[in-house]
Amino acid sequence: MKQTTTIDKGLTEPYQINMGPQHPATHGVLNLLLTIDGEIIKKVEPDLGYIHRSIEKMCERDSYQQIVHLTDRMDYLSSNINNEAVCLTVENALQLEIPERVKVIRTIIGELTRISSHCLWWGVMGMDVGALSTFFYGFRDREMLNDIFEETCGARLTMNYNVPGGLMLDIHPNFVKRVKKFIAHFKTKIPEYDRLLTQNVIFQKRTKGVGVLSKEDAISFGVSGPVARASGYSCDVRKYHPYSALDKVKFNECLKTEGDTFARYQVRIMELWESMSIVEQLIDNIPEGEHRVKTNAVIKLPKGEYYQKVETARGELGVYVISTGTKNPYRLKFRSPGFSNLSVLNHIAVGGKIGDLVATMATLDLVIPDIDR
Amino acid sequence: MTISIININYNLISSIMLEESMSILNMILVALGYLGFFAVAGLFLVLMERRVAAWFQLRVGPNRVGFQGILQTMADALKLISKELTGTVKADKFLYNLAPYFVIVTALMGLAVFPFTKDIQAFDINIGIFFLIAISSIGVIGILLGGWASNNKFALIGAMRSGVQTISYELSIGLSLLTMILLTGSLQLSEIVEVQKSGWLIVQGHVPAIIAFMIYMIAGTAETNRAPFDMVEAESELGAGFHTEYSGMKFAYFFLAEFINMFIIAAIATTVFFGAWLSPFGITESLPWLGVFWFLGKTLLLVFLMMWFRWTFPRLRVDQLLTLEWKYLLPINLVNIVIMALIVWLNLTIQF
Repeated sequence: MKQTTTIDKGLTEPYQINMGPQHPATHGVLNLLLTIDGEIIKKVEPDLGYIHRSIEKMCERDSYQQIVHLTDRMDYLSSNINNEAVCLTVENALQLEIPERVKVIRTIIGELTRISSHCLWWGVMGMDVGALSTFFYGFRDREMLNDIFEETCGARLTMNYNVPGGLMLDIHPNFVKRVKKFIAHFKTKIPEYDRLLTQNVIFQKRTKGVGVLSKEDAISFGVSGPVARASGYSCDVRKYHPYSALDKVKFNECLKTEGDTFARYQVRIMELWESMSIVEQLIDNIPEGEHRVKTNAVIKLPKGEYYQKVETARGELGVYVISTGTKNPYRLKFRSPGFSNLSVLNHIAVGGKIGDLVATMATLDLVIPDIDR
Repeated sequence: MTISIININYNLISSIMLEESMSILNMILVALGYLGFFAVAGLFLVLMERRVAAWFQLRVGPNRVGFQGILQTMADALKLISKELTGTVKADKFLYNLAPYFVIVTALMGLAVFPFTKDIQAFDINIGIFFLIAISSIGVIGILLGGWASNNKFALIGAMRSGVQTISYELSIGLSLLTMILLTGSLQLSEIVEVQKSGWLIVQGHVPAIIAFMIYMIAGTAETNRAPFDMVEAESELGAGFHTEYSGMKFAYFFLAEFINMFIIAAIATTVFFGAWLSPFGITESLPWLGVFWFLGKTLLLVFLMMWFRWTFPRLRVDQLLTLEWKYLLPINLVNIVIMALIVWLNLTIQF
């Protein structure tokens, strides 16, 4: 009898498995070192650094106009919002008066970027839980936005439309018309998304009660964005520290209290509606005026420390600049939302199955270049 | 078709050769005919899946190689044949190499018993349904071997999932077919078709038959490891699952077997629920060779249904998969059999 018990113990031994750096579910070069007992996850250790490009160090070498370009390559899905963060930091430090037109256009394009990012997330979310076709529906709608961006500034993904002092170019004459057309189109598509995925029984079974993050944990882990708001932590930077034209528009902060994967999913779908409402409020009355104010060719920030935060599609992006009065920052630190959101993964994925981990990771909406920088 | 050609040969040569050697020759020729036909049919199904997927996904799909892309999968197969067979260093070489053959051979064996029309049926045994269920269980050994011998943890998880899943869902397949056997009173496929001349079984057995059909389609999709039950190769979780470490033609065997298995599952449903080669309302009864058309038409319709599942539904989690089977499908199935038995006993079937 004794012998059999020892054999039994030997049979159920947790083992380690590398998920990534080349794995479909990690959406980039993230390596998760999983400790698994059968199918049940005992431990998740994210191993970072595969796409580290030392962007922060490069910023210390570059001028402020050049830094804007680098931020495109962090969270590439909300590139325009990243650009805006750096531009706002510089403008605030220089105490530049920015024309209303610029503010409104920045807000519109920022919200469109958010929609575009959430579209891609929705497609990938469906793919991660096994509904492969959602990917193409998400991309279909995102494509319309990419076309608008392309017409506006020549780039589809890494837009680089903002410059310190305003916008690189004025908007295209077609811009208003095409955005309106997109909004009308997309309003009919979100109910389609709901019918295809949100209301699906299998999808709800897969996501409800999975990867639960409590409000207290969300705060203590420094989680932000839709992930935190799904746990009931009200933290929308657009509400609490409005920038650009966001203080002129009315919108609701999307909050859920369940904190599970399905709540995070619902928050993002609600955000699509809110972003559309913001765009609709602004698109009809873009004020006339300059699209850019003159700045010095070589921007030198006054000596001091500056901090600016914005709400990207993933959460709070902070830009912290220490300037010694030269044309380069002495130190520049990005507080990226993805890094803090990833830190919560081990906490909420342990005890679930491999499938749960994939679904949870999909709703954390990780963009690896944002985490590694 | 194959049979008639062979019959001609048979008449020609039978005068010279012995009966016994003739029957062996006959068997080999039939086997080669089936092999050739279904290798092509499997490739056609792959193409069909790709075109259907494209249709669901706002794409065009392969339409360049040959008319409407009809040669695309042939080209892919040729490419796979020419590829190097790689493998992991510490793999169990013998089992690793054996696994794909288990899967493909069992898939092809199952095809032998189907009545494509009244005359085209290679192997009409009196336990046809039983044979099909038995054969389909052997395929899982190939998947288990492949996953186990690959020396890859992802493959191992996939293989273990497959074992759990197939063993569970075989119960549902068996029981839902048993429900229909109550109506026919025979396991022989040709006789099952004969019974349906007075109405397809799904009509004869009305409510319990429809429940049985639904259970059968769910279990059948699970049995072939296709979405929403593709835990085995859940690509967002396990990469490629049990065939992660296979390449070239060995991978192609797994791939082809999946499609042939799907064809088999649909063909069983056609035979047992939808009257096999019988035409609806007997509209082409005077032309018996049209049976092939009806059989393949119905089967492809059901195959399309399974493709529709795949490109629409998210995937279940492995524990939910088992919950569905053991807590829902199995009890419903058992009750369903009793209801069917009562219906047969009280003579409440619908006959034309």
